[in-house]
Amino acid sequence: MWERIFVILRKEFIQALREPRMRVLLFVPPILQLIVFGFAVNLDVDHARIAWMDMDRTPQSRSLRDRFTGSGRFDIVSAPGSEEDVQRTLDRGEAEAVVRILPGFARDTARGRETEVQVLIDGTNSNTASLVSSYAASIIAEYSVEVLERQQRIKLLARSPGSPVSMSVPQVTARSRVWFNPDLYSRNYFVPGVIANIIMLVTLMLTALGIVREKEIGTMEQLMVTPVRPMELMLGKTLPFAVVGLLDVVLITVVAFLVFHIPLHGSFLLLLFCAVLYLMTTLGAGLFLSTISHTQQQAMMASFFFSTPAFMLSGFAFPIRNMPVAVQYLTYLNPVRYFIEIVRGIFLKGAGVDVLWPQMAALAAYGIAVVSLSAMRFHKKLD
Amino acid sequence: MNSVEIQDIVKTFGSFVAVDHVSLAVAKGEIFGFLGPNGAGKSTTIRVLCGLLTPTSGRASVNGFDVARQPEEIRRTIGYMSQKFSLYDDLTVEENIDFFTGIYGVPREKRAERKRYVLEMANLTERRNALTRTLSGGWKQRLALGCAILHDPPVLFLDEPTSGVDPLARGAFWALIHDLSETGHTIFVSTHYMDEAEYCHRLALMYRGKVIALGTPAELKAGLTAHSLLNLDSSDPLDTMRALEGLAGVLDVAVFGGGLHVTVDDVDATSARVRQRLAAQGIKVRKLEQIEPSMEDVFVALIEAEERKAA
Repeated sequence: MWERIFVILRKEFIQALREPRMRVLLFVPPILQLIVFGFAVNLDVDHARIAWMDMDRTPQSRSLRDRFTGSGRFDIVSAPGSEEDVQRTLDRGEAEAVVRILPGFARDTARGRETEVQVLIDGTNSNTASLVSSYAASIIAEYSVEVLERQQRIKLLARSPGSPVSMSVPQVTARSRVWFNPDLYSRNYFVPGVIANIIMLVTLMLTALGIVREKEIGTMEQLMVTPVRPMELMLGKTLPFAVVGLLDVVLITVVAFLVFHIPLHGSFLLLLFCAVLYLMTTLGAGLFLSTISHTQQQAMMASFFFSTPAFMLSGFAFPIRNMPVAVQYLTYLNPVRYFIEIVRGIFLKGAGVDVLWPQMAALAAYGIAVVSLSAMRFHKKLD
Repeated sequence: MNSVEIQDIVKTFGSFVAVDHVSLAVAKGEIFGFLGPNGAGKSTTIRVLCGLLTPTSGRASVNGFDVARQPEEIRRTIGYMSQKFSLYDDLTVEENIDFFTGIYGVPREKRAERKRYVLEMANLTERRNALTRTLSGGWKQRLALGCAILHDPPVLFLDEPTSGVDPLARGAFWALIHDLSETGHTIFVSTHYMDEAEYCHRLALMYRGKVIALGTPAELKAGLTAHSLLNLDSSDPLDTMRALEGLAGVLDVAVFGGGLHVTVDDVDATSARVRQRLAAQGIKVRKLEQIEPSMEDVFVALIEAEERKAA
């Protein structure tokens, strides 16, 4: 039995390494994805462009303006003078937001009366819009707390001796501290997720294509009339891609650590072990796809049909919590979801088996189920 | 014991009957030819015998093992060459041989000897390191045969092994098959080349899923003795065909190469009538003589008889 698996393995490696296209397919996508998610795709909002429309023109309004520019989050790119200008600025996308200070801003704040600062946000990119909105809100809130404090102080200093002091209730402000990814770099969030994505891409598609290719060229029929057992054939065809998948894990981890300075807080061995569990699910799915496809095109389409929703519903880019409840339940069927949670847990939180065991158990159960299902369908018959 | 026994095998795909109640037996050491046009059910029958397809009904055994219940035992004792070239194009000759040696589990002590035998048989010893895709059709076909007999199987199934191979290479291939038969191997081979039928010990003619004739090449030809065959070479074959239509004593006229084959019941009387009719139409007869029927004549006659039965 081991001899047959060995000869199939040797054949797979000879073929994969002899074919230049295959070599490219094995090692370029991981690197490309790393570059894309490490450098290019960035959800962080730094230097958002805003337009500043000051209709008050007082030292107070200028002081608020300084806070915006001083935060480092915003660059003021224009100062529209009229409603039409505001409209045009947003329409043309010259600025992500327009901050408008209404006349009487300084006067109202001095009297302690409630006043408003308008922030008009371009909502076409909802992620940017919500970040801009919360950054702006926090700057404005800080400013208003300070104004309040100053007024209290003035009241305190200006009171006549013995007279009662009317202090307003002490303000409670939320001060959030972000754990695990203190700078909220989206890179820290994405790059570990790339591991899940790459393994799926390499193993699912290449396994399905590799087996269906043999069906197409007729070698599968030739193999079926030999004494080779289905299990030997399955192992021989999938193990090479498992090896490639694990090599990709090592490659991505090293690059993530050295180039992108993504912290690896947890155990690398645990990561590799979980990657093996995950590989069972993706290789099993690849095998399954090969049993339902007759041509390489069908296999390609079928693997897109599986991998695109699996990717979208994995929490890689879009938080599962924000999905409709029914879809959230659906994601429990998605192996990628569990592995993404594991990868982020190990990389960013240093989580161990005590925390990650439910995800690991889910992957193991999934893997065993899908591999057995394909093994049942994978037989040495043409009908 | 017969190497292959088929009893009343039926194989259907949906409503299509690919193999229709076929029964036959092949003795050990025999070269058994399976003749018929494309789509006659030859490949399906061979696939049933290799355990690749489950018969819808009927029983078949190979080397004494039942195809439906013991396919794994069968696979250890047969070699199979499918219609399509099915070795790895991107491996070298030697890598292909090593791969199948491992897959068949050829005992280690025999490996070197089997490899040398196959390389010599296929005449590929000098090209052992060539990529398989660079080989021409004849070489590929001999390598495929070599890889199918690495484990020295007693029974060989060859499904149209010579399709797409030049005549010279085909001759060499049949010589190999005869060598194998002489060393006790049973060979079950399908082809749609009628001339190759003459190389077989026994033949089955298959048409629309049915075996319509079974016997040695000589027996099949003898079956046609009720009629005689004339070879007619005239100045205008097409006009000749029209002229002979409905002429008394002429049973059939078929184009054969540049001339015509005319099936008649009485050679002398009908020959005279044919000459008369053609002379009247101004067609010159260059040659008119009785000939031995070829396998193709036998086959055409049998199929036409079958069609008449159906109609």
